[in-house]
Amino acid sequence: MTVFRWTPSLLGVLLCVLSGSVLAQSEGSRLLATGAAASLEGASGGGIVPMAVLSGYGTREEQGGTLFGSLVQTDDYALSVIGGSWSWHNRLEVSLARQRLSHQPLSERLGVAPSSIEQRIFGAKVRLVGDLIYTPWPQVSLGVQHKQNEDFFVPAAAGARDDSGTDVYLSATKLVLAGLAGRNLLLNATARSTKANQLGLVGFGGDLNNEAEWMAEVSAGVFLNRHWLVGAEYRQKPDNLSFILEDDWRTAFVGWFPNKQVSLVAAWVDLGEVATFPDQTGWYLSLEGSF
Amino acid sequence: MSRGIKALIRIPAKVVFVGGLFVLSACGHLGPQKNLYQALGGAKGVDAIVYELIVRIADDERVVDRFHNVDISRFKAGLETYICSVANGPCDYTGDSMQVVHAGHQYTDTEFNTIVQLLIEAMEAEGVPTVTQNRLLARLAPDYEAIVYQ
Repeated sequence: MTVFRWTPSLLGVLLCVLSGSVLAQSEGSRLLATGAAASLEGASGGGIVPMAVLSGYGTREEQGGTLFGSLVQTDDYALSVIGGSWSWHNRLEVSLARQRLSHQPLSERLGVAPSSIEQRIFGAKVRLVGDLIYTPWPQVSLGVQHKQNEDFFVPAAAGARDDSGTDVYLSATKLVLAGLAGRNLLLNATARSTKANQLGLVGFGGDLNNEAEWMAEVSAGVFLNRHWLVGAEYRQKPDNLSFILEDDWRTAFVGWFPNKQVSLVAAWVDLGEVATFPDQTGWYLSLEGSF
Repeated sequence: MSRGIKALIRIPAKVVFVGGLFVLSACGHLGPQKNLYQALGGAKGVDAIVYELIVRIADDERVVDRFHNVDISRFKAGLETYICSVANGPCDYTGDSMQVVHAGHQYTDTEFNTIVQLLIEAMEAEGVPTVTQNRLLARLAPDYEAIVYQ
């Protein structure tokens, strides 16, 4: 069946993004960069933390979508993600993401054959109140992410209980105009209820804990001008498995929004210890096209 | 890589980011801050920005229909006085409030965002620095609630 498996490739995503942008007949009317970027789980936000903003540039009367491809490379792991989203009337965002984690060093250490894990994520996010820019209070959204791990052999061996799970999160995001020395300041806080181990790539729940727990996630950035955003993220992680430690994640990123069709995010990432391999630092790259 | 080398790499990334934030915030405190109206170029600057905005409105199908029966010179003078007033210039905006001006028109989120985008483009065309643009936008943004769907 492997022939029918869709292997994410950055080249394919590039082609999709570029053709999507070329085919786009009109663009949404929200301001540049207000759709943020695509997070690893498909929801709009930063690299690892979702935000309350909805993807694309559609206003309360418009709709639109995105396509994206992302790569994370650390010393011992590589994660590629491909996905897309659709947002309606700046009210509802639905997203799909397919993640593929390559873990050859882990397979060698465990003496097992499979060297990758795939996961599918279906996401939905509803804007409850507020506008990122125009209301004194932040934009607040409620989201869900249903995750299906499709290669449960290694996660089960590590002690994970389930091959699927659903995260629920509440995000508040505010762009403070001229908030830092005249530059626009982007602030975001997210609370997530989850039992996912390493996003769900190592399954859900475990011997230490098998209940959903609330995790705190924050991100902040400064727009140098309307095209360039620099910032950082922090994401608290559960620790459900006695066999493998799970550390909190953090990133420092630069986002480039040359126009409303394309955006590019590059980041330095620190994932801590991941499934017995300590100090997983590396880089992150994400390309998104909006239409 | 050894842990030692990684620790060396890890620290600079944080230091650079945090250091960058301090440099940015320090910039805002160099010398007395110019009055926003002066930073916009005074009467001449505001006049040029509003002119550039109207040129762009005339060319944008999302908003141009709203201006068909509008007296453009009156609109231009009113907007200039309003910007002058919110930017602490030597003007007193005595026209109707934003709420009264826009009431009953059901202006959309699309129209509001479009005008903001065109204003940003107008300021860019006039070479207004990013920081000055942001300061003006910060003073106009709260009008959203008085304008959209009223």
